[in-house]
Amino acid sequence: MSRLAVPKTYKLFIGGAFPRSESGRTYEVRSADGAFLANAAKASRKDARDAVVAARGAVAGWAGATAYNRGQVLYRIAELLEGRRAQFVAEIEEAEGLTRAQAGAQVDEAIDRWVWYAGWADKFAQVAGNANPVAGPYFNISVPEPTGVVAIVAPQDSSLVGFVSAIAPALVAGNAVVVVASERFPLSAISLAEVLATSDVPKGVVNVLTGAPAEIAPWLASHADVSALDLVGAGDLDWVDLEIAAADTLKRVLRPEQGPDAAAPALDRIAAFTETKTVWHTKSLR
Amino acid sequence: MSFLEYAPAPESRAILSLRDSYGLFIDGEFVDGRGTPFQSISPASEEKIATIANANAADVDDAVAAARRAHDRVWSRMSGRDRGKYLFRIARLIQERARELAVAESLDNGKPIKESRDVDVPLVAAWFFYYAGWADKLDYAGLGASPKALGVAAQVIPWNFPLLMLAWKIAPALAAGNTVVLKPAETTPLTALIFAEIVQQADLPPGVVNIITGAGDTGAALVGHGDVDKVAFTGSTAVGRAIAKQVAGTHKKVTLELGGKAANIVFDDAPIDQAIEGIVNGIFFNQGHVCCAGSRLLVQESIHDEVVERLKTRLSTLRLGDPLDKNTDIGAINSREQLDRIRELSDAGVAEGADRWSAPCEIPENGFWYAPTIFTNVQTSNRIAREEIFGPVLSVLTFRTPQEAIAKANNTPYGLSAGIWTDKGSRILAVADQLRAGVVWANTFNRFDPSSPFGGYKESGYGREGGRHGLGAYLAPASVTRAGRPAPRAVEAASAASAAAADEKPARRTRRTTKPAKKGAAK
Amino acid sequence: MSGTSLVTARERALAVLGGEPDDATLRRYLHGIAGVDAVGLEQRAAGLGTRSIKTSSKKWALDRIISLVDLTTLEGADTPGKVRSLVAKAMNPDPADATTPRVAAVCVYGDMVPYAVDALGSVHGDPDDGLISVAAVATAFPSGRSSLEIKLADTAEAVANGADEIDMVIDRGAFLAGRYGLVFDQIAAVKEACRRPDGTSASLKVILETGELVTYDNVRRASWLSILAGGDFIKTSTGKVQPAATLPVTLLMLEVVRDWHLMTGQRIGVKPAGGIRASKDAIKYLVTVAETVGEEWLQPHLFRFGASSLLNDVLLQRQKMASGHYSGADYVTID
Repeated sequence: MSRLAVPKTYKLFIGGAFPRSESGRTYEVRSADGAFLANAAKASRKDARDAVVAARGAVAGWAGATAYNRGQVLYRIAELLEGRRAQFVAEIEEAEGLTRAQAGAQVDEAIDRWVWYAGWADKFAQVAGNANPVAGPYFNISVPEPTGVVAIVAPQDSSLVGFVSAIAPALVAGNAVVVVASERFPLSAISLAEVLATSDVPKGVVNVLTGAPAEIAPWLASHADVSALDLVGAGDLDWVDLEIAAADTLKRVLRPEQGPDAAAPALDRIAAFTETKTVWHTKSLR
Repeated sequence: MSFLEYAPAPESRAILSLRDSYGLFIDGEFVDGRGTPFQSISPASEEKIATIANANAADVDDAVAAARRAHDRVWSRMSGRDRGKYLFRIARLIQERARELAVAESLDNGKPIKESRDVDVPLVAAWFFYYAGWADKLDYAGLGASPKALGVAAQVIPWNFPLLMLAWKIAPALAAGNTVVLKPAETTPLTALIFAEIVQQADLPPGVVNIITGAGDTGAALVGHGDVDKVAFTGSTAVGRAIAKQVAGTHKKVTLELGGKAANIVFDDAPIDQAIEGIVNGIFFNQGHVCCAGSRLLVQESIHDEVVERLKTRLSTLRLGDPLDKNTDIGAINSREQLDRIRELSDAGVAEGADRWSAPCEIPENGFWYAPTIFTNVQTSNRIAREEIFGPVLSVLTFRTPQEAIAKANNTPYGLSAGIWTDKGSRILAVADQLRAGVVWANTFNRFDPSSPFGGYKESGYGREGGRHGLGAYLAPASVTRAGRPAPRAVEAASAASAAAADEKPARRTRRTTKPAKKGAAK
Repeated sequence: MSGTSLVTARERALAVLGGEPDDATLRRYLHGIAGVDAVGLEQRAAGLGTRSIKTSSKKWALDRIISLVDLTTLEGADTPGKVRSLVAKAMNPDPADATTPRVAAVCVYGDMVPYAVDALGSVHGDPDDGLISVAAVATAFPSGRSSLEIKLADTAEAVANGADEIDMVIDRGAFLAGRYGLVFDQIAAVKEACRRPDGTSASLKVILETGELVTYDNVRRASWLSILAGGDFIKTSTGKVQPAATLPVTLLMLEVVRDWHLMTGQRIGVKPAGGIRASKDAIKYLVTVAETVGEEWLQPHLFRFGASSLLNDVLLQRQKMASGHYSGADYVTID
């Protein structure tokens, strides 16, 4: 006789904790072949608000950590993910209806993208910043700094690799993120949150919301304490309205991307959530 | 006679040969506009300078079409080397006509000739020289090999540095291979039109640079034009916000240089005489019509009284008057509208309980003027401590510790610039790190250089102008295969399932082109 | 022009310093003064240099420059004849134009003082009264490398010979070695040596030799030190070291003088010396004085130019303004 399985409750991930939605709502997540998988939390605007508060509170510490440290923390995510590879493969296989090999490829790619971005943490400023040869007795240097709180609508047609590809670049430079997971495939995102919670990522640096992006995204787009909005996975939403809402506080906006190449690893995804700061100082021997 | 009442030393206007009226510069020629023409006046005397054409939507169409043709047929096909040579030509022509441009700028804008002559125009030439050299080196711009121009750039600039803002916009755009349609501010079109003559002298291919004049509706039509690929705007946060909404949902790439409320932080160990000069330069340069002006003086409480006393003494030596007099320090306010706004905010400061002090200046009878003014006893919640005044008005606040200075400096939706004055190097670097501002001047203020990126955090806008970063704002990577990206392994998406799901959803909204938006004057 | 009382100076220094003027106390005080940002200072000076002084202002400025000049000869080859020639030029700078003002003083080596006094005759006196003073460089000028006794003897002899003003040099070596107390004491002692038997004193100009102090922070500290020790004037340079007077250095010294006046009410003079040859440059100094300390400083007991060739350039400019055409070198006298 086979053993009766113990199913997991999938909750939100806010400020390092795993709360249920304050609204008490959940929605059914079903596998590719229609079987019930779980009741995921259906986040409300108040959950989004709490997530932004948690993210804002985490920015100073994460941005203020040394780049070397951030790189190690991001690399550790890859290490932990590798250790739980089988769990993610099984989850994706079931959720997306992929073969084991296909699901495995997705997990491997997600892990490798963490590694790629982790390596950028202490190099990005060297590539994106520079000394400026101004015509005068000044020391002048430009450096990239994190924009602040980045709200992300993760790619909707992928469980893990899209989610990872959306959040990793924002984390490299020191932003904190509030990410709305794929509505159909939210479970890997929450499982990844469990990885983050047990890795060295400080509380509040990554906050994961599951539920309806169409419901949550407008609150994030219009939230004055959100600094930037990544609409990579918002192609099926009324994203133009989101971009318009974001303009009220002049948020930096990345527009939707479609297809398997969405949020593909790129230096400009890191740059998109940074601000260039230029510092001048006089110099003289006298 | 007192020596300090220096005898008049007016710069001659003879160098300037103005036309009675100016048309739009489209496709290499001056043409009539189809809107109702308007007058450009001297804000120092309210005298009429010239009649200026007003571009309507059809004129905007023509200008964008000319830019598109020039881009597709000429400019995008030209070698970077030759584009660069055109820009070098322009730089030289600006140097040759520098005095004329300075006089025109001071006449039209009201800024002191010493500033237009020693700051604005030399920087304009420097900007073209700098970006000229980039034109054949785009592979090194940081976007990977063979980056592409975006296409047609719509550029709307403000009235505070008319020609300099033109240079900030046009030089990088052309170097990167874009063609441009530029709209100068309604109150300061003159130097842009003289620049059009320079473009002719340089024999730049027709349509590469188009200059259309008009008010806010012209700017909105240009920004909203469907065949524009890039929008660059410098001006108020309110208009910037409207533009961000207008271009939402389009493919247009946008850079915005908007307002500011910069903190100028003076610690008790600052080089005091230079700090006083820096404070003065920070807020009274160009009558305070500077988006990065140091309008909030944050002074350590222990030296507050001394700093204010020294400031008042120093301000009493500033000379307000004829912008064309070589000894004028403070010129005219650019327009009656702006003067009204300065007065309104300044009165609000008094009403909120702050103490106003104005330098004892004789105010000329005609024209628009505002004496250099300091507010003390200002609270962080006062309007004069939060809103951009864009005039010669300084609000003085105090702090006790570096942490408090940083917190107060950052406590604003703006984030364009900041200043730090202290002799302690480690403090400068640490404070600079924590200030949320795009440009931080330490022991100096209001310095600009074409190689140095400039632009804001938060509601001061996005994108950078100047330097390599400013060039990148007019370029796209060669292809969708972006720079520095590893080859991802093939990842199967749940394609069948997602396709089915997508069918149930409303059609995705894609590229939206024009959306009419009513705007105020762009500035 | 006469110097201020030493007793008052010492008392004032003690009050300001809050203790004896020894190395430690002076170091605490001088290093507690706000630093100078060189770039900002030079920019401010350059900005003042862009003032455009035209027509009536220029005419006034040229005459005022002449009346502020210490017409100087400090050569090993100086002779009584050379000094007499210099004095003649000082009394009547432009023989063709009687409206030309006299210079403020002639500045010579101590042993030449009797010849200068003799040549001046009844014109010898206070430049504030339209007369001409005799200034003598002293204290082992220009290096200052000798014993205090010799410096004092040098000073006393010049005063005894009729010098109205003593231009002393500070011991730059001692200053750079941090021996501020020693520099203070020497200035105070020289000040004492400026005293005449009748109780009056020659005015004391303290030469900092800014070209050897190099940094602006040093110039600012040396300025404060010299004023604290009783100097009536602070002077940039001997003229024997490059760079001599510069506009930023002079601006900095004027800022010290302004701050001292704010603190004590006492007005100290400033004398840029060496390297100012053109009227155009001299006018920049006038502007800098007027806009930094106020134009009441533009009188002989508060501001001087240490110069020789400057005078002829001013005369050429003056002739141009009077006649409307450019003049030439042969229309002004060589001495």
